[in-house]
Formats: sequence, structure tokens, C-alpha cells
Amino acid sequence: MSILNRPASAGVLYDAPGPKARARYRLFGVLSVLGILGLLWYVFAALDANGQFDPDLWDPFQYNFVQQMILDGLLATLKAFGLAAAFSLTLGALLAAGQLSDHKPVRWACTGIVQFFRAMPLLILIVALYYAFFAKQSMWALVIGLTLYNGAVQAEIIRSGVNAVPRGQGEAAYAIGMRKTQVMASILVPQAVRSMLPSMIGQLVVTLKDTSLGLIITYQELLFVGKKIASQPMNAAGFPYIPVVLVIGPIYIAMCLLLTALARWIEARGRRGANRRTSPAA
Amino acid sequence: MGFLFEQDNFALFRDGFLQTIELSALSALLALLLGTLLAAFRVSPVPVLRAFGTAWVTLFRNTPLTLLFFAVTFGLPPLGVHFSHLVFAVLALGGYTASFVCEVIRSGINTVPLGQAEAARSLGMTFGQTLTLVVLPQAARTVLAPMSSVFIALPRNSAIAGAFSVGELYSAQQTFSERGYSIFAIFFWVACAYLLISATVATFFRFLESRLAVVR
Repeated sequence: MSILNRPASAGVLYDAPGPKARARYRLFGVLSVLGILGLLWYVFAALDANGQFDPDLWDPFQYNFVQQMILDGLLATLKAFGLAAAFSLTLGALLAAGQLSDHKPVRWACTGIVQFFRAMPLLILIVALYYAFFAKQSMWALVIGLTLYNGAVQAEIIRSGVNAVPRGQGEAAYAIGMRKTQVMASILVPQAVRSMLPSMIGQLVVTLKDTSLGLIITYQELLFVGKKIASQPMNAAGFPYIPVVLVIGPIYIAMCLLLTALARWIEARGRRGANRRTSPAA
Repeated sequence: MGFLFEQDNFALFRDGFLQTIELSALSALLALLLGTLLAAFRVSPVPVLRAFGTAWVTLFRNTPLTLLFFAVTFGLPPLGVHFSHLVFAVLALGGYTASFVCEVIRSGINTVPLGQAEAARSLGMTFGQTLTLVVLPQAARTVLAPMSSVFIALPRNSAIAGAFSVGELYSAQQTFSERGYSIFAIFFWVACAYLLISATVATFFRFLESRLAVVR
């Protein structure tokens, strides 16, 4: 869908424009184009006036070792993300199972853990882990911090997904004599997975973005590498902070958009054809 | 655990706590205003504004907050923009959160029954009137729950500002560990402070929900 098409949902907020309204919208359109162009021009002029387009400042990106550094940083980011994603999904499944348990102490313990780690700032958690246990291996401080926080969030997503399956499904399964484990594993979870996959992948996007906290505990990920490049002064031109942001930013945005596209695709796939839930009414 | 009450530690902790609250409150205000404006852009009849809103949300939602702080703290001074570290942090955190607020409000606008906007239009209200007098006040009620999770996340995210020279709770934690106190004791107190903040925000939103609830 093009972003210029009118979204169907918003169409109800205004009438189909007549000639006068069309002229008015066109006027607003022209004015806002001018405003946005003016803004962009201002940003461009400010960058230019302060010598940010000085070729010297962009020089580092021509060197092979700098390109290699960025690639290594990207790989380190993806490595931390992969580990954290796998661990957090596992932890999330375990905690969700605990929260849905029939045994009160287990339920309370798991709910407590989930609520605690959801309320803690991730940075505080990672830095505490770094100082307490992993002063030498900053990657594990990052991975375990990400795992604890995102595992707690994933647990909440899984729990609410399982609870959102229509009650009749579980009741029917109990009625034909299945055990709790069987009900969970073969009835509730397979149905819940489809509805919760988009939000689980959405949380994975958050995990990917949060790997950039590695900067603060000196883990050699993409943003840390960027900072390292940016703190080398380029002869007369100064520090290439802005070029680095303009290079690193799009890399992060592209990675996140890819993951989001995956979520959209899975969502669309779950809704089509024979997979579609019957009985849209009720 | 007792280290907090030795020397001037408590003053440092208190200042950090207050700074966290100040930073969160200012960013929340900016995010709310900017987010509502962006949501209005995204449902407006002018295509250029819709595209602008979409571009903003895509850009800011997919950029790590750490990178935003990095860009604002190190990227603006070379351009001759000099604010205090607190203002820089508010800009980064507010701009980032605004994109989430925008998405929440937009989905809230979609939950308002079609008849409401249709009735407003048939009375001859313009787009601006329909949105501000009829749709947004009703959308505000349904967005309270998702909005509360955005604003509970905000003080948590504000911790990153501490790594970029704002003297809030994270920087207090750093100072304490440099002074050599046990990391577990420090973590305990900082955790308590953040739990207190998020519990307060959650209670506030629950109060709002009970005040604004209407029978439909």
C-alpha cells in the first residue's frame, strides 16, 4: 500500500471533498510541502554551513579497516540479538507455563519474576550484571540482561495469547479426557501461537534495538563501533559524529523494518485461506 | 543496604531520583503533544501530512533510543545547537516516545464507532472539529490502557539519558559503584526507586480509567 493512498479507516473522518474543499486541501498540501521542504532545507543548510559535508569528514568510510569494523560491529549486534532472542523466547515460554500453572506457589513466583523484570530499566539491569558478574565478558551481561527483560515481556505475551483462546476449546479438551499438559500442548498453544506471533516478533524488534545498549558496557556492537570511528578526529574537519549517525542509523532502521516485514507477512499468512478462523460473528 | 544513609549518599540519590522524574515528566509532555499532532497528521485529508506522519513514525520507532541519544548529544553541538544535557535528553526521549503515542492514538481513533464521525459530519463539522470535539475525546478512553504501557516504559527508557551526562538515577548508580559500595545494595535501592515510579504511573492511569469509564 502506498502511503499516499487514503487509509480506509480514516476516510470516515471527512467527507469526500467537493471543489472548494479540494482547493483548500490542495492549498494545505502546498503549504505543508513548503513547510517540510523548508525544514529539510534548513537542516541541510545547517549541516552544510558547519562543514558536515566536508569530504574529509566522510573519509574514514573509504578505508577497508573501517568498513571491516562496521561489518564486525553488525555481526556482533546480530550475534547478541540471536542469542538474546533464542534465550528470551525460551525463558518466556517457561515463565508463561509457570504463570499458567495450577500450583499457586509456582504461579506466584513466576508472576513476581515477570512483574519485577518488566518494571526494571534494562540499562540498570545490564550494568548491574556487568559489574557483578561479567566485567570481563560484556556480551553475556548484555545477552542475559536482554533475556531477563524480554523473557518477562514474552511471557506476558504468551500468557495473554493462551488466555485469549476461546474457553470452549480448553473445556472441550478436558471433557474428552485430556490432561492439563495435553490440553496446553496440543489444543491451546497451537491456536494461541497464531494470534501472538505478530506481537512476539514486535518484541524481537525491541530486543534488536536494545542491543545498542552494549555501547554503554563497551560491548563491541554496531553503535560502539560507530562511536569509536566518530571519536577519531579527521585532521582539520573535526569529529565525524554526524556522518557516523547517518551511516549507522539506516542500518538499524533497515534491520528493524526487515523484522517488521516478517511479522506482517506471517500475520497475513495466518489470516488467509484455510487457516482463517470460522464464525466471524460472535 | 545501609550505605544509602552514610555521608552525602542520600542527597545524591535524591537528586538523581528527582532528575529522573523531571526528565520523564518533560518528555511525557513533549511526547503527548507531538504524538497527538502526528496522529492528527496521519488521519488528515492532506496526503503530504499523512506521508510526513508515517515517515516520522517509521523513522523513530525503528531507531534504537541509544542511537537517538547519541545523535542528539554529539550531533547537535557541531551544528551550533547548544542546550543543557537535560534538554537534549528530553528532545531524544520525547521524539522517540511521540512515535509510540501517535500509533496508540491512531489505533484509538479507529475504535471509535463510525456513526460518531458520520453524525459529526452530517452536522456540518469540519475535519478539525470532528477530530477534536467528537472523535478524540472518545478515543482517549479506549487508548488509556495501551497509553499506560507507553508511559510506564518512558521512565525506564529515561535511564539511558544517565549514560549521556544527565545526572539521574543511572548516574547515581555509577557514582555509587565508583565509590566501591556493593553492587547488589546499589541495585536494590535503584530498583526500589524505579518500581516506585512505575507503580505510581500505573496507579495514576488506573485512577484515570475509573474516572473516565463510561457505560457503552
